[in-house]
Amino acid sequence: MHIHRLEKIWLIFGAAMLGVFLTIIGVSAFASGNQPPSDATLIDPTKVDQTKPFDKPGLKKIDDDRYEAIIVAQAFQFTPKDMVIPKGATVDFLVTSKDVVHGFEIIKTNVNMMVVPGHINSIEYTFKEAGEYLVVCNEYCGSGHHMMATKIKVVE
Amino acid sequence: MNAISKKLRQFEMERGLPATVIGIKEAKLAFAHVSFSLVALLIGGLCGLLQTMVRTGVIPEIAGVGYYELLTAHGLMLAIVFTTLFIFGLLFSFLGQSFGRFEDFPRRLGWVGFWFMILGVILVTWMVLAGEASVLYTFYAPLKAHPVFYIGLVIFVVGTWIASGAMFRMYADYKREHPGVHPPLQAYMSIMTALLWVVATLGVAATILFQLLPLSLGWTDKVGIELSRTLFWYFGHPLVYFWLLPAYIVWYTVIPKIVGGKIFSDALARMSFLLFLLFSFPVGFHHQLLEPGISAFWKYVQVVLTFLVIIPSLMTAFSMFATFELVGRRKKATGIFGWVKKMPYRDVRFLAPFIGMLFFIPAGAGGVINASHQLNIIVHNTLWVTGHFHITVGAAVALTFFGTAYWLVPLLRGRTLTSAMNRLGLVQTAAWTIGMLFMSTAMHISGLLGNPRRTGPAAYFKDSLVADWIPYHVAMAIGGTILFISILLFLYAMFQLAFRTPKGTEEFPIAETEEEAMATPLFFENWKLWIFVTFALIAFAYTVPIWHMIENAPPGAPGWKLW
Repeated sequence: MHIHRLEKIWLIFGAAMLGVFLTIIGVSAFASGNQPPSDATLIDPTKVDQTKPFDKPGLKKIDDDRYEAIIVAQAFQFTPKDMVIPKGATVDFLVTSKDVVHGFEIIKTNVNMMVVPGHINSIEYTFKEAGEYLVVCNEYCGSGHHMMATKIKVVE
Repeated sequence: MNAISKKLRQFEMERGLPATVIGIKEAKLAFAHVSFSLVALLIGGLCGLLQTMVRTGVIPEIAGVGYYELLTAHGLMLAIVFTTLFIFGLLFSFLGQSFGRFEDFPRRLGWVGFWFMILGVILVTWMVLAGEASVLYTFYAPLKAHPVFYIGLVIFVVGTWIASGAMFRMYADYKREHPGVHPPLQAYMSIMTALLWVVATLGVAATILFQLLPLSLGWTDKVGIELSRTLFWYFGHPLVYFWLLPAYIVWYTVIPKIVGGKIFSDALARMSFLLFLLFSFPVGFHHQLLEPGISAFWKYVQVVLTFLVIIPSLMTAFSMFATFELVGRRKKATGIFGWVKKMPYRDVRFLAPFIGMLFFIPAGAGGVINASHQLNIIVHNTLWVTGHFHITVGAAVALTFFGTAYWLVPLLRGRTLTSAMNRLGLVQTAAWTIGMLFMSTAMHISGLLGNPRRTGPAAYFKDSLVADWIPYHVAMAIGGTILFISILLFLYAMFQLAFRTPKGTEEFPIAETEEEAMATPLFFENWKLWIFVTFALIAFAYTVPIWHMIENAPPGAPGWKLW
C-alpha cells in the first residue's frame, strides 16, 4: 500500500517516540519497581472487623522509621482518625472497605489508590515534610461522599 | 472521479437519486434520533449548570434533587443519551447518502431500535429523578440502584443493537449487489463505528444482566466487584472511541469538501478506522491502574496496547492538515502555515469542527498522561480527568456535532442553512469555546492540586487546601453558565433550521478523493478476518487477568444503597 513520503516520516517518527516512551515507563515499572498499587490480598468484606489486622485499625510501629497504617474505609469515614506520624518515617498503608468502593488519596502526595470491598490495597510513602495532610475519598460512595475525609499529622 | 465514486454515482442514478439527497423516509428516521438527542442535550446541560451552582453554594439543593442526582443525570444525559442518539442519527444519514433509499425491512428495524432507545431512556431518567439510582453514569458495583434503572439500560442497549443490525443488513445488501466494489467511505466508517459499539456493549450488558440486575432484584445477595468493574471498563474505553469516530467521519469526509479540498487518501482513512476497531478494546485496565486484584504486569500490557491508538490518531492528524495545506496551496498560500489564512472561518460548518480539532490536541496529550502506568496516580479520580473528557467529548466531539447539525438538520427537514443562522452558529461556537476554556482549564489545574472529581460541596474541616480550590469552582460555574447559554442558542438555531428557515435542498458536503491517491486495497472488506483479530486481541489482553479474578475471587460483597 502506497503511503505519502511525508506521512511515512511522520508515522515512523511518531511510532519511534511511542517506542521510547513505552520503554521508559516499562523500565521504570519493572526495573525500578514503580508499579501502581496492585495488591492481590483478599478479605471477606462482611467480616472486616473480625479479620486481622483490620480488627485493630491504627498506626503500628514495625521498625525504626517504619510504620504500618491499618485503615478501614466505610461510608462515610476512615478509621482511625487523625493519625500522628514522625517526620521522615516510611508508612505502609493497608486499606480495605466494609461496604462500597472508596478512594484513598492523600492530597499533595503521590498516595492515591482504589479501595475495593473484598480486597486489601496497599501503598508505601515516606513523609519528608512535617505538617497536616488531608486524606479524602475520591471515589463516589453515596450521599455523604464529600464528607469522607481524615487528617494525618506529620510531626518533627 | 475514481472508480468507486463512479460506481456510486451510477448506483444513485439507477435509483433516480441526486448524489446528495437523502430520501424522505430515511431523513425522518435520522431526524427522529437527532431531535431526541437535542432534548437530552437540554436536560443534561441544565443539570450541568445546576451542578456547578450547587457545588459553589450559589443555590442549595432543589426539591431534594441534590448534587449527586444532578451529576448522575448530567453524565447519563450527555455522555450516553445525547451522544448515542445523535450518533445513530448521523450514521443513518451517512448511510442514506451512501446507499440511497433503504429497503423497508432495515428501515423499520431502525424505527424499532429507536423506540427501544427512547423507552430505555424514559425508564432510566424516571429512576434517576426519583432518587432511586444516584449511582452516577458508571453505576459501579456494589452500589445498588432500583431494578427498573438496570432494565432501562438494557432496553436502551438492545435498541442500539437493533439499529446497528439494521445498518449491518444495509451494508451486506449493498455488498451483495455490488460484488468487488468498495462501499463508499462514509458507509465503511459508519459500519465500523456501529460494529465498535456492538462489540463494546457486550461487556456492559454482561455485567448488568448477570451481576447488577440479579443483585438489584434480590436473586443474588453478593457481587464480584473487580469482575464487574473490568466488564464495565472493557466497555468504557471503546465508548470514547464510539463518540470520537463519528466526529472523525466528519473530519475525513465532510470538512475537506467545506474547505474546498479533497480527501487525502481513501485507503489510509479506512486503515485508521480499522486500527481504531482493533486497538479500542484490549485497553480497559488503564482506567483501573490503581485497583487491587489486577496484576501490575497485565496493567502494563494494556497500557502498551492503549498507546497503539496513537498511530491512527497521528494518521488522522496528518490527513487533516495535509488536506488544509493542499487547499491553501491551491489558493496561492505560501510557507508552511500560509494555509491558516485561507480557511473558511466564517462558515460554522467548518469553524465548529475546526475548533474541536484544536481542542483535541491538548486533549490527546492529557490522555497520554492519564493512561501512563505511573503518572496516572497523580491525576486518578481528580478533576483533571473530568477536565480531560470535557475537552474530548465535550469539545472535540460536541463542537463537531454542532457544526454538522447546522447543515444536517435543515437537510433532513428539506430546509436551508441561512446566513443569519450561520452567524448565530459562529456566536454559539465562540460561546462554547470560551465556556469550555474556563471550565476545562479550571478542572485541569485544580485536579493537579488534588481536588477530587465527582464530589459535592466539600468543606474538609475547612482545610486551607480547600480554600485554594474555591476560585477554580467559581471559574467552572462561570464556564458552565456560558456553556448553557451556548446550548440555548444552539437549540434555538436548530428549531429555526428544522421548522422555520426557507425550504430548499441543503448541500450534503461530501468530498472526493485526491486524484493521485492510491487505489483502495480490497482487504479492508475482509470483515471475518478483522472481527477475528479484534476478538483475538481482546482474548490476549483479558483471558488471563479475568481467569485470575474468577479463580481468586474474594467472598462476594453485598449491594448497598447509600443515598
